[in-house]
Amino acid sequence: MDEGQLSRGTKAWWWVAGVVVIVYALFPVAWIVSLSFKTPSDLATGNFLPTNWVWDNYDNILAGDAQELFLSALRNSVGISLIATFISVVLATFCAYAIARLDFPGKRLILTTALAVAIFPVISIVTPLFNLWRNIGLYDTWPGLIIPYLSLTLPISIWTLSAFFRQIPWELEQAAQVDGATTWQAFRKVIVPLATPGVFTTAIISFFIAWNDFVYGISLTSTEAARPVPAALAFFTGASQFEEPTGAIAAAAVVVTIPVVILVLLFQRRIVSGLTQGAVKG
Amino acid sequence: MSTTSAAAGEVGQAAGGNGGKVPLSDRARSERRLGWWLAGPAFVVMLLVTAYPILQAFYESLFRFRLTDPDAREFTWLNNYWVVLTDSVWWRAVGVTVLITVITVAVEAVLGFALALVMHRALTTLRPILRTAILVPYAIITVVSAFAWFYAFDINSGFVNSWFGWLPGISENTNWFGEFSTSVFVIIASEIWKTTPFISLLLLAGLAQVPEDLQEAAKVDGATWWQRLYKVTIPNMKAAIMVALLFRTLDAFRIFDNVFIMTQGANNTEVVSFLAYRQTISRLEIGLGSAVSVLLFLCVVLISFLFIKLFKVDLASARGER
Repeated sequence: MDEGQLSRGTKAWWWVAGVVVIVYALFPVAWIVSLSFKTPSDLATGNFLPTNWVWDNYDNILAGDAQELFLSALRNSVGISLIATFISVVLATFCAYAIARLDFPGKRLILTTALAVAIFPVISIVTPLFNLWRNIGLYDTWPGLIIPYLSLTLPISIWTLSAFFRQIPWELEQAAQVDGATTWQAFRKVIVPLATPGVFTTAIISFFIAWNDFVYGISLTSTEAARPVPAALAFFTGASQFEEPTGAIAAAAVVVTIPVVILVLLFQRRIVSGLTQGAVKG
Repeated sequence: MSTTSAAAGEVGQAAGGNGGKVPLSDRARSERRLGWWLAGPAFVVMLLVTAYPILQAFYESLFRFRLTDPDAREFTWLNNYWVVLTDSVWWRAVGVTVLITVITVAVEAVLGFALALVMHRALTTLRPILRTAILVPYAIITVVSAFAWFYAFDINSGFVNSWFGWLPGISENTNWFGEFSTSVFVIIASEIWKTTPFISLLLLAGLAQVPEDLQEAAKVDGATWWQRLYKVTIPNMKAAIMVALLFRTLDAFRIFDNVFIMTQGANNTEVVSFLAYRQTISRLEIGLGSAVSVLLFLCVVLISFLFIKLFKVDLASARGER
């Protein structure tokens, strides 16, 4: 790196640019955090920060009136997103291995299909599923969301993993086969350990996408049985009908943002490489 | 590195890969079979969750069918499409969607590029911090972003009016969600904030592929910073730029969450996805809703086609092939 040669002035400018980026990225988050600590009377002051910091809103969603609505939604979101992520990562792992390592006709077809599915307008799937799910009893159930979630998580998993798998030194697999391992053994004993970081990263990205879903969540559920958090946020009501649910929504928003921020803090380097490899890798 | 088929070919033998004249060896045949055994399930699931629903939607769009009145279901050929396409509601939704898409993608392209440049050149100490910060908007739930921006501008709980009251046209009583232009402004702002990181990360990866010695050569030849940007950097990462723009355009065209949370389509801010939602879920007009869904799907296909044909987007690079 030739950073040592940079003049002090240039360095200062890069710091300024960096700070601007950080403010840009975190300002709305800071605002929703601030909002979540405000009392109802504090909302209309037009100030950014609360005058009194109170935990009332968190009390409300975790132990109070909104508890039923929020905690069940949280349970649904975590469960449904994890299961959808798990299924798509397992399917995609096999698929991407085949694409990266084996020679068979139809590879391009599979990758093109993944691309087409990734750009598919979600709402176009909702309309037919809404009717079908009502007829076969999947409306407002976990599987009723997990299945359509695969349309979101599977294509990106296949892409990201194919890109990761292409970078694994295939000679190792060959060496294992020369040493007498079958294709399956070579896969399990040699490739899996090398591939685990890629699989893990893919799972995180896939989880973000499932966690973020709103269209399916709002359209294919009607009760607390399956409604995920983003959809539940739209249904929050105030403590009385004259009270805005602002504080409760803000607190709930903060709670569901925490896991995302933790994952980002821990794995930022991997997430970036996963996101970019899937899309613009030569 | 695209060692894919070459690798498999070598591991197999000369006959593998070419197919045709030379009969496939057992090894090659079993490799093919294994390939489809491994990739097949994912492929089938993808088709089941998209191709099947869109065909079903097309089928249902041919009926006049409202869930509240199932007995009156009637096959009406393409009548639903006629109803939708002759209705100003549809065209207004398309107009709003296109407006939001064009502004969002244009701003994001510039902003995302600037962000990518900052990250690309950032000091080593700053780089992980920037990467972490930029990932937060990407990973945050869109609905949360929508609420954050909504409450910031909201006349009751927002701080924007009191912070920016000194600007012409903004006062304590400015109701941002009271009319079309200001509502769309906030919707676009939230959308841009949330999705610019994605585009900037794609562009950052593209920047990393621009050969450094080309930059150096241009610098030695006396090219200014702008000249280098226009003559060296951008042409060398054209593929990355086009892929990023295509993805974001298609994504922006599907915009739903922000509109739902902020306006519910009030003040003519209804977008195509929301129109489809309202027809199907709120009004239970399965036939009409399906027609809107199919038309939205066709719009997305058309946009992809235009990008690929007009701008010659190299999808092979998007798929990770060379």
